[in-house]
Amino acid sequence: MSELYAWAAIGLIILASTTGDVLLSYSMKRVGDVGELWKRRGILAVVGRVLRTPTFALGLMAMGVAFYSLLFGLSWGNLSLVVPASASLTFVANAVAARIFLHERVGRRRWIAALLVAGGVVLMAI
Amino acid sequence: MTFRKYLVLAGITVFSTAGDSLLARGMKELGNVSLHNLSGLLLAVAHPWVTAGILFLLAFFACYMSALSWADLTYVLPATSLAYVLVALVGHFRLHEVISPTRWLGIALIAAGVGFVAAGPSLTSHQPRDADRNPVSQEMES
Repeated sequence: MSELYAWAAIGLIILASTTGDVLLSYSMKRVGDVGELWKRRGILAVVGRVLRTPTFALGLMAMGVAFYSLLFGLSWGNLSLVVPASASLTFVANAVAARIFLHERVGRRRWIAALLVAGGVVLMAI
Repeated sequence: MTFRKYLVLAGITVFSTAGDSLLARGMKELGNVSLHNLSGLLLAVAHPWVTAGILFLLAFFACYMSALSWADLTYVLPATSLAYVLVALVGHFRLHEVISPTRWLGIALIAAGVGFVAAGPSLTSHQPRDADRNPVSQEMES
């Protein structure tokens, strides 16, 4: 039973953190290059524009859900299962989501990279 | 990609590593926080190691958001995974922890993945920016 809860938490972490990353990335693309904006208009303009982007708050909320799912998952499963499983699958899920929702051109190079990193994270944790 | 942008990517790795390590150290000194004693969690923020950890994680988040403003998500994310490598290397060379062959292989895979992405373009998506969509009002504001 606790195995099931652990995997449910892992699924929730992957879903929430992918949603969060996509929303945050979308928001920051809308804001534009913050380095240039900072140089032109100052740090307050950067902060103001980021905070006025509605998807940014949604992204933060999704990250919050992911964090609490992780705490929940850790209370049911082992650290050595929950962290590497969710972290590595999130890399792959993010590549898929970035392609679909952010229209990033995820070519062969980036697929290979996502799989290498996902595999590497698993190996480092076991 | 300019030097400044590589610095921001390096900031993501270094700040998240430092933040996580400081938080872990602080929370270990504090001991277990039970769900029935959530005020302990609030007080934890005042612990110096935890405060320092949170500051570093804020710096990490600023760098992460900055990088996402000019690079693809699939470009920035592998850079965040370098933090795992950095933690292991710091443990090995500073704290003399033993790294198993499996972990060395993991380090190699992550480094290879990051290298693969870094050699390619940093931005492939074209989304409308607020600044581009509304050039007139921008002009008037500035």
